[in-house]
Amino acid sequence: MAAVTRPAPHRPVEPTTGPELELTQTHAEVTRDVVATLGPPGRGYLLLLFSAVGLFLVGLITFAILVKDGLGHAGYTPPIFWSVYITTFVFWIGIGHAGTLISAILFLFRSPWRTAVYRSTEAMTVFAVMTAGLFPIIHIGRQWIFYWLLPYPNQRFLWPNFKSPLLWDVFAISTYLTVSTTFLVFGLIPDVAAVRDKVTGWRRSVYALTAVGWQGTDNQWRHYNRAYLYLAALATPLVLSVHSVVSWDFASALVPGWHGTIFAPYFVAGAIYSGLGMVLTLIIPLRRALKIEHMITEYHFDNLAKLTLLTGSILFYAYAMEYFIAWYSGNTFEQTTFFRRAFGPQWWAGWTMIICNPFVSQLLWFRKIRTNLTALFVISIFVNIGMWFERYVIIVSSLSNDFIPWAWGILNPTWADWGILAGSFGWFGMWFLLFAKNFPIVAVQEIKEMIPMPRKRGGHH
Amino acid sequence: MALLRRKSRKVPGILAAFAHLDAAADAVRALRARGHRDLVVYTASPNHEIEEALDHKVSPVRLFTLIGGLTGCAAGFGMTIWMSYDWPTLVGGKTIGSIPPYVVIAFELTILLGALSTVAGVALFSVLFGKRGIAFDPRFSDDMIGIFVPTRPEQLGPTEDLLKAAGAVEVRHEAA
Repeated sequence: MAAVTRPAPHRPVEPTTGPELELTQTHAEVTRDVVATLGPPGRGYLLLLFSAVGLFLVGLITFAILVKDGLGHAGYTPPIFWSVYITTFVFWIGIGHAGTLISAILFLFRSPWRTAVYRSTEAMTVFAVMTAGLFPIIHIGRQWIFYWLLPYPNQRFLWPNFKSPLLWDVFAISTYLTVSTTFLVFGLIPDVAAVRDKVTGWRRSVYALTAVGWQGTDNQWRHYNRAYLYLAALATPLVLSVHSVVSWDFASALVPGWHGTIFAPYFVAGAIYSGLGMVLTLIIPLRRALKIEHMITEYHFDNLAKLTLLTGSILFYAYAMEYFIAWYSGNTFEQTTFFRRAFGPQWWAGWTMIICNPFVSQLLWFRKIRTNLTALFVISIFVNIGMWFERYVIIVSSLSNDFIPWAWGILNPTWADWGILAGSFGWFGMWFLLFAKNFPIVAVQEIKEMIPMPRKRGGHH
Repeated sequence: MALLRRKSRKVPGILAAFAHLDAAADAVRALRARGHRDLVVYTASPNHEIEEALDHKVSPVRLFTLIGGLTGCAAGFGMTIWMSYDWPTLVGGKTIGSIPPYVVIAFELTILLGALSTVAGVALFSVLFGKRGIAFDPRFSDDMIGIFVPTRPEQLGPTEDLLKAAGAVEVRHEAA
């Protein structure tokens, strides 16, 4: 084809008073910048990747020892048989929720700021749920018969108990992983096709295979758009249900500190809050490493921080209500449990949770903090730590002081607990980093959809 | 899909590239006014103006979502109730097939099968019922809009004139 004289790009930038979305790129520039993120890795990226693989190996070796010797290494002591592994399971499941909130729920609400960040949060969701899925298997001790959790009859043709919240969890997590992965892969197809048409050699062949013949025809978009809408509509109740089901693992038991009707919304808000913390932890360094600062801007961080503030404030309410109801109920067991959370032998865990979650999140009322990336990064680390401790406190402190004082006990996490926890961060980080370097981490086609195409007669649609 | 396309015969016609959205939409409207119903428009992202010009019906993928979701819901209730009565275990006088706890399983399977059948619907309509052997240019996934018009040899001239008049920046003849 002959050379084309391209028209001047349309630049719809309006004067603003605060962080706003600035779409100053052309379609060609968007493709170019995103394809550039898939280039050869730098030293910083390789250092991060090797660190992640190293941590994963620590977890793998710890797991091998657990398989060989048994769960005795993991500090399981009566009355505490759910400890760090279930804590970490709930932590990782929660991380995934912010991804689905941003990719599906904000899609239905037509929030323009989600476009630049949703791909990375969606990938985070899939890898976080993948990580979480390992923990019930690690926790059961005899990993080689994990398939007994599935609706599969044993030799007496006895089926699983569908009235157990633990089995609901199996269905909820499996569905969440499948639907999140489908949503991620489905959204990737047009973007991978854009990369296919820009790269050469063997990479072109690989991306061509991954793009499954996508050409962006009107027929393909017609079905794709409709399907994407329905996938978002299906993922929306799913994200709210998954952590509710996880909360019922606890709430349907009679253990003091667990048996609360507030648990489902409390867990969902906490999950989204923790996920937003992880999104900030990941995106702040990533945008610099991949040189996409002009795509993920102050505008996006300001909005992410506002969501963090909202969910952090819901947590504030939930924490306050838990303590209030424990006092107001007049139930000795509830009162003792909550007293010991703040002043018992593991008071440090209780206060870490209270300081890092409801209190630190209140700093985000200030725009200066919301738009200061160093401050946001530090806050996000507090959120991650706080939310892990929240689950630790809920699980371990409640089990440690059950109804009968002579059966009370204390859990001290062991090297096997920390080894598996470190391994989970390595496993998650490894997949996320590999994804970020091999697939478009910013949604090319959705960014283009927001940038008006040039018009012969001027103006825009 | 790519493998299937490779074996199919090339469709003769005209491939035009547009740099301006309104020009491409004008061309689509003009082509449809002349009776071209089988044209193919390539865009890097979905565009409402092009969609309006093409005046497509709503995608039938929604039926797949509905049928998949209903199947999942029925399967969820069916499986749990059947398995409960297949080996009834009476605990504390409680109902053997108790509906409230099974709602969770039915809900999850509704979402699961609804989502998977939606994607299956897209694959079906794009692969089996999608057009094959039509020309493509890699710039259509970047910053250009493409229009492919399957045309008989005697109509090549008028169609090319129409596309150029609408504002095509390039026009290419595609032989069979």
